Amino acid sequence: MNVLIYLLPIALALGLSGLFAFLWALKTGQYSDIDGAALRVLSDDDIEEAPKR
Amino acid sequence: MTETLDLSLYTKPAGNGVVAMDLAVDGIACGACIARIEGAVKSVPGVTEARLNFTNRRLHIAWADGAVKPAQILQVLEDNGYHGHPFEPLRAEQEQAVEARRLTRCLAVAGFAAMNIMLLSVSVWSGNVTDITAETRDFFHWASALIALPAAAYAGRPFFASAWRALKARSLNMDVPISLGVILALGMSVVETAKHAEHTYFDSAIMLLFFLLIGRALDHAMRRKTRAIAGNLAALKAETAHRFAGDELVSVPVGALKAADRLLIKPGERVPADGTVLGGMSEVDESLITGETARRKVTAGATIYAGSMNYSGALTLKVTAAGGTALIDEIEKLLDKAASAKSRVMRLADRASRVYAPVVHLTAALTLIGWLVAGASLHDALVTAIAVLIITCPCALALAIPAVQVVASGTLFQANVILNSGDTIERLAEADTVVFDKTGTLTLPEPRVANATGLDGELLQKAARLALSSRHPLAAALAREAVTRAPFGGAVEEPGRGVRVNIDGAEARLGAAEFCGVPCSSNRESAGVSHIYFSYLGQTLAIAISQTLRSDAVAVIEALRARGLDIQILSGDRSEAVEPVAQALGVAYWKAGLKPAEKIALIQTLRNNGRRVLMVGDGLNDAPALAAAHVSLSPISAADVTQAQADAVFLGERLKPVLDSIVIARRARALMTENLWLAAIYNAVAVPVAIAGAVTPLIAALAMSGSSMLVTLNALRARGVKS
Repeated sequence: MNVLIYLLPIALALGLSGLFAFLWALKTGQYSDIDGAALRVLSDDDIEEAPKR
Repeated sequence: MTETLDLSLYTKPAGNGVVAMDLAVDGIACGACIARIEGAVKSVPGVTEARLNFTNRRLHIAWADGAVKPAQILQVLEDNGYHGHPFEPLRAEQEQAVEARRLTRCLAVAGFAAMNIMLLSVSVWSGNVTDITAETRDFFHWASALIALPAAAYAGRPFFASAWRALKARSLNMDVPISLGVILALGMSVVETAKHAEHTYFDSAIMLLFFLLIGRALDHAMRRKTRAIAGNLAALKAETAHRFAGDELVSVPVGALKAADRLLIKPGERVPADGTVLGGMSEVDESLITGETARRKVTAGATIYAGSMNYSGALTLKVTAAGGTALIDEIEKLLDKAASAKSRVMRLADRASRVYAPVVHLTAALTLIGWLVAGASLHDALVTAIAVLIITCPCALALAIPAVQVVASGTLFQANVILNSGDTIERLAEADTVVFDKTGTLTLPEPRVANATGLDGELLQKAARLALSSRHPLAAALAREAVTRAPFGGAVEEPGRGVRVNIDGAEARLGAAEFCGVPCSSNRESAGVSHIYFSYLGQTLAIAISQTLRSDAVAVIEALRARGLDIQILSGDRSEAVEPVAQALGVAYWKAGLKPAEKIALIQTLRNNGRRVLMVGDGLNDAPALAAAHVSLSPISAADVTQAQADAVFLGERLKPVLDSIVIARRARALMTENLWLAAIYNAVAVPVAIAGAVTPLIAALAMSGSSMLVTLNALRARGVKS
């Protein structure tokens, strides 16, 4: 059962990193426009126009 | 003279020589609008940032100070087919945003903790029936404590703070048993862990917080959404006024007006502020204020009120101090009175918790005493009592009502009804009498062509298209009939007389009778009906413009009556104008010519007779009546003061949202009651088990999540209610 000594902290660290990732996303306003984010992914203005053949 | 638009009121410095402004944008239809709007605004030289929030339809823009005029950006939006309106977030909305973030953070922490503790707990539960060693179990329990204690200290704050406030005020709310349960459960679990016990309740305590926070966050999100939409609508409605700066005219937002400003009010515009007329002569339509549809003649010295429609001539107005006029003062006095007389309606959740909280505490205390008397040790009796507290903690109860409210308010939103307050749904469901105002509520807020069916259609279309070139209110009413929205080129407006234009070489005229060569016949003008004339190629049309009923008014009144509601009309207009409306709708009880105070008195009488009145009104004169009624609705075209009083606002030109709101609210109310019963049944089953001392942490976890899920799923049935 000694394996738990380091497995448990790893599990906790993973969970905490998830929590902090969420809190960071919340803080940077990534949840302020949920509907917009769903639509922005479809727009492709950020792609350089492909060279015409 | 070109007029400049001054929007400095709405711009704010954002540092580094950059200024920013927020706009509420109207006309956004689909996802492609995001790129179009942002692209168009960013292409203006000097603009450094343009970001559209699609969820709340707001555009944030920033530019190098002095490089761009704000009005220029509005014009760019206009050119692309959108209307942008400068926007100042209300303080309440900002506070709510802060609160929402706090709740979400608490929810995230509680969620994280609940999942990780569950991970440990499930191991312990399965280990307890197989081969876990006491050392491993202790290790897991200490690890749980390490997660649970800080998480509860953080995520529990909303409950602890609220419970503390209640206790300080010497009362009990739902948060008192919750806080007590969580704190005792955690404390007991730490003690048990130190004693190498088999059971701890870290998981129950944290899961309880997690479920409760979901309920809170949902409730909050719903209110925030409606608040944001209401804020946008207010911004879209906010108009600009023409203010004299010396001899020049400057367009300023109405919010920037101060007392003693001199304004120009053109025909066809709404009066932006209360004031005294300095010069000019005109007629004003005060139906939004008093409900009276007949127009009033005003000359220099007259007092006019914000919201009146200026009809025939340009007026110069001196703004008087806000709220300084007799009418507004009277309305406000009545409002105070009506609001204080309104017995505080107790929300269903409050009523439930008022019964619930003492019962929970008493049951736990009795359990403790009972076990002690029966000869159990203090430790065992205490553990059982705490288990009772945990199991009775109103998890399902706390979700039962917010979950239904969120789903129902979403359904209401689809039916074009926007709620102003959280408990509106419950009160709407209780209404048994509907009192309508007439002007602007049963009738459309703007006058319409009344005799369209009796006129030559082609000629009427020409007249309507010509009307697009005029700002006169009668022409504006006629212009709504136009199918082609492009005005004729080269139309000339002669102020106070009419407009003329050449169509295919012949002159067409629209305006007053003499302007169109029609003999003036005074007998045509009856109460509430005005005529506008059109002549073309020797043909003339007399077009009657009057207040018309909303297209579905008759059907909606019929349906309301079929649902057992008593319908009444209380109007400030003259009885000649009210009677035909009441007859058309088949409403037997109506009163006309009422002052605001009389409306309140009539509503009070209804209340005293045990009626629950839903008041639907739009005028400034209705505001006190709305406040006095059990629940109130107002159309979006209503006066600002009135809208602020209403519990909900409905959009669009139809009356159907009034019917929908009642149908949806009744359905939601039924589901809330059902949910409360589900929660009660759960307690009836779980509490005896807890009192008997048979609740293990596993049973507590299953019971809590099971009942929470059940009420949430039941709440989803409030979706897609049709009337």
